[in-house]
Amino acid sequence: MQVIMALISGLLFGLGLILSGMTDPSKVIGFLDLAGNWDPSLAFVMGGAILVGSVAFRLAANRPKALLGDVMRLPTATKIDRRLVLGGITFGVGWGLAGYCPGPALASLAIGGFKPVLFVLAMLGGMLIFEALEKFSAANQQRTTPLR
Amino acid sequence: MTIDWSNFTPWSSLAGGILIGLATAVFLLFNGRIAGISGIVGGLLRPAKGDVAWRIAFVLGLLSAPVVYSLVTPLPQVRVEAGSTLLVVAGLLVGIGTRYGSGCTSGHGVCGLSRRSPRSLVATAAFMLAGFATVFVVRHLVG
Repeated sequence: MQVIMALISGLLFGLGLILSGMTDPSKVIGFLDLAGNWDPSLAFVMGGAILVGSVAFRLAANRPKALLGDVMRLPTATKIDRRLVLGGITFGVGWGLAGYCPGPALASLAIGGFKPVLFVLAMLGGMLIFEALEKFSAANQQRTTPLR
Repeated sequence: MTIDWSNFTPWSSLAGGILIGLATAVFLLFNGRIAGISGIVGGLLRPAKGDVAWRIAFVLGLLSAPVVYSLVTPLPQVRVEAGSTLLVVAGLLVGIGTRYGSGCTSGHGVCGLSRRSPRSLVATAAFMLAGFATVFVVRHLVG
């Protein structure tokens, strides 16, 4: 059941991305181009999504468990650190360069020809580089921590 | 700044946003999870037992969206201006950045702002400002 609801959520999410115009990188860049001929549409995407999302999170706040019986897994991190800001900036530069963020790129794989495929492959490569760097720094930390 | 009225689509964008919000709501209320795409995909790259099937299902839903969409109404246009090299550079930055910063437009932007997380507000401000700055440099300083 969890798997079916995940599939439905992903499908709804993708349909929303397509209908909203997020799967057209030129439109995304048109929104990011404040100094040029600005297309404010994507602010409406965020607005609509947050409107509904806010209600959902308010409903979820008083529930210890999800409807399918699992515990609610909400993020627990609260620290605003360098990783968060630098990661956000890195992502934003990539987003501005191509006009793709992860969701729309995945939802475009079946429609956009080779270009979204290339982007997604590079994105997965970037995520693997992240995993490798994390492993490396974890191993490094272990090595430099003095034994007690 | 001028407004690009010819490409402005407030209604379909609002409707699409509401659908994205509904998807987030379904996933949160039924599965108890955050619909953060970069986190869902990233988790597949460090697979843990019992934590893979729902991720694959969510991604499959996302991938099949254009097929389902086209059964009802014609798909909107897709215009990719970036060339291959730029797409690869952008993809790498998006991959590393979203994992390092623990989220993307969906996880921080939609879910995080919906639950009023200060951390997500900072992350969203960071990637939005970087996106604005990048397009400014590419379109108005270099281009």
